[in-house]
Parts: sequence; C-alpha cells; structure tokens
Amino acid sequence: MGLIKFIKSLEPLWWSLFGLGGAIAAFLFPAHILIQGVLIPAGILPKDMLQYENFAGLLSSPIVRIYFLALIVFPLYHAAHRIRMTLEDLRIGWLNAILPLLCYGGATAISISAVVVILRLP
Amino acid sequence: MADQIKLTIWRYNPDNGPDNRPDKGDEYRPQTFTIPYQKDWSILDALNHIKAEVDGSLSYRWSCRMAICGSCGMMVNGTPRLTCSTYLNEFHPNEITLEPLANFPIIKDLVVDLTDFMDKLRSVKPWIIRENKKDDEDTSSEYLQTPAQMESYYQQSLCINCTLCYAACPAYGLHSDFLGPAAIALTYRYNNDSRDQGREDRRKVVAAENGVWKCPVVGDCTEVCPKHVDPSAAIQRTKVNSAVSWFFSFLKGGKGE
Ligand code: SF4
Ligand code: FES
Repeated sequence: MGLIKFIKSLEPLWWSLFGLGGAIAAFLFPAHILIQGVLIPAGILPKDMLQYENFAGLLSSPIVRIYFLALIVFPLYHAAHRIRMTLEDLRIGWLNAILPLLCYGGATAISISAVVVILRLP
Repeated sequence: MADQIKLTIWRYNPDNGPDNRPDKGDEYRPQTFTIPYQKDWSILDALNHIKAEVDGSLSYRWSCRMAICGSCGMMVNGTPRLTCSTYLNEFHPNEITLEPLANFPIIKDLVVDLTDFMDKLRSVKPWIIRENKKDDEDTSSEYLQTPAQMESYYQQSLCINCTLCYAACPAYGLHSDFLGPAAIALTYRYNNDSRDQGREDRRKVVAAENGVWKCPVVGDCTEVCPKHVDPSAAIQRTKVNSAVSWFFSFLKGGKGE
C-alpha cells in the first residue's frame, strides 16, 4: 500500500508526462502516419526511404534514437494516465486501489524494454 | 383560451419517506402544472405564480431575481441554469421540466443541501491572506493595483457561488471528494491577486489528489457558468502552476509537495 501511496503522491509528475505525451501524440504521430503511411506508399515521397538499410542507417544516429524513444515513452504515459482516469470512473474498488501501479507501472515496464531494444540496435 | 405552458416539477418531501436520489424512490416524483403563458416571465416568475396561486407547498430558493445571489439554480430540461434569468419564451410552446440541482442531496422539492460545497469553499480560504504583516506596514491606505494586476483575477472574481458548475461536473458526480470547479476558480482568483500572500496555505488543498488532479477536463462547468468565470481554464492553469512548483520543490531537495 505504501508504494501506491507514493505513486499517488507523484501526481504532478504523471500529469506532466500525460501533457507532454499528449502533445507528442497530437503533433508528431499524424506527421509519421502521413509520411510513412500515406506519402511514401503512394509514391509521393521516394519509396526507398522505408527500406531496411536506409532506416537502419537513420537509427544509427543517437539523436534519432532519442527521438524515437521520446516518441514511444511519453505517449505511453499519456495512455496510462488516460486509461487510469477512465477506469477510475467505473468505481470498481479493488481495481481503483491498484490502478496507479498497474497503469504507470505498465508504462514504465514498456518504456524500459523500449530503452533496452533501442540500446541493442546495431 | 389564453396561451398556456406546462411545467413538470420533480418533487420530494422528506416527511413522506426516506431519501431520495440516486435511487429516486417513490417520494421523488414529478408533478405537472399547466399555467398561463406570459412571454416576459422567467421560470422563477412561473414558480412564484404556482406557489401563490396553485400549490403553496412547493419549495425552492431565490432572492435577488437578477442573477447575482446565485440561489435559484435548478436543472432546467436537464441543464443547470439560473431560473431567474431563464425565460419561458425560450421553451414555449414546449414544456419545461424542473429538477433540483444534480449531484447534491435534496432537502425538499427544488431545494438542495449545499453543506458539502460550503465546506469546500471554506477549505480554500477564499479571502485575502496577508502572511508577513510587518509592524510598520501602512494599513491606513489602500493597496493599489494596476489595471493589469486586476485583470489577472477579475474574471474568476465574478463567481456568485451558484453551484451550477458542480451540478454539471461529471467528476464531482462520481467522486464527491473532488474539490470542484468553483472552489478551484476562487483559489485561482485569490492566488492571482497581487495583494494576497496565501498561495502556500491553499496549495495543500488544491494541489492534492482530490484537488485539481481529479479534473478530467470535461469542460461542462465552463459551459453552464452564468458569469463566464471559466472554471475549467482556472483548473488547468492551476495544474500547470502546481506541477511547476512541485518540480521546483523537488529540485530543491524537498520531497515534492
Ligand atoms: S464558477 Fe460559475 S457556475 Fe460555478 S459557482 Fe461560480 S458562478 Fe456559479
Ligand atoms: S434569484 Fe438570485 S440568482 Fe436567481
């Protein structure tokens, strides 16, 4: 219980991550969907941009790695906070008691695995 | 026959049985009144007509009749409104349904129990706090403010404590511990007053789990506010301020408060 109390006391942190993740999801996701999902497949941008070697080349730069990490991690916390807020409104007592741990813990676990995957890229 | 209008009023009599919403027992029941339609009548005028001419047992609150005392709020066709400034001609020839303000316990008919709101209001100390009153502080003259300083809190100072925003707020409906829109808007009003020094005092209540963080930004409070206080914006700005000061106190080695 002490752990969940501690997680709840970090409310300003979760909210800030939520805000940051929301901004990233709102502004950068559509750009990625547009470029990778529409413009390249439609042939408006050169198709070879999506080829493995080119993409892997891009990812060799630390700045690009940090960028992709941010793209994954912050929206994860955004989703965690949103899911927590929505489920809390269902007022299921036992679930509400562990929700903060479940949501932010889940986001943290996936974030750590993302860090590991990105660090281990060739 | 003269033009008429139908008002359906949800009534509750505490003498007849146990409370009340949300299970809406038998004692919470609708009663329909058909009265002459006057196009310049407010809903409150119509209620006064019913009480004087038709059914003297009807209970409701009102005082100023000019949207300033904040006591005549009711659910008008499901939306919280001030009945003294909501007119029959907005609805005629359709009927009007009146219910007591949502999210509050009913005392009788259209009168609700505002104890919870009053306690919350008091908890944010909605008055000017001077912490470091020096002995030589000149209290004989006024505290002057520039127009810009006044502008920074003027909008929130217009709140009349009508609690329409609490009746509209789904978060308050679900979690009655939530401090709620008007109390946070008034915190913002005093925190941003250049004469006030009570920000720290209020932070414990406002920047807490049941304070600003319970708000899911639905925005209905701002929609229904008759004074355009925009409580939702005040809450979101308070979130930003609270997060910033939390990070600062964290960096300074505190445990982040
Ligand atoms: S913020 Fe608006 S709706 Fe809420 S109590 Fe004040 S005046 Fe009424
Ligand atoms: S009677 Fe005073 S606000 Fe309506």
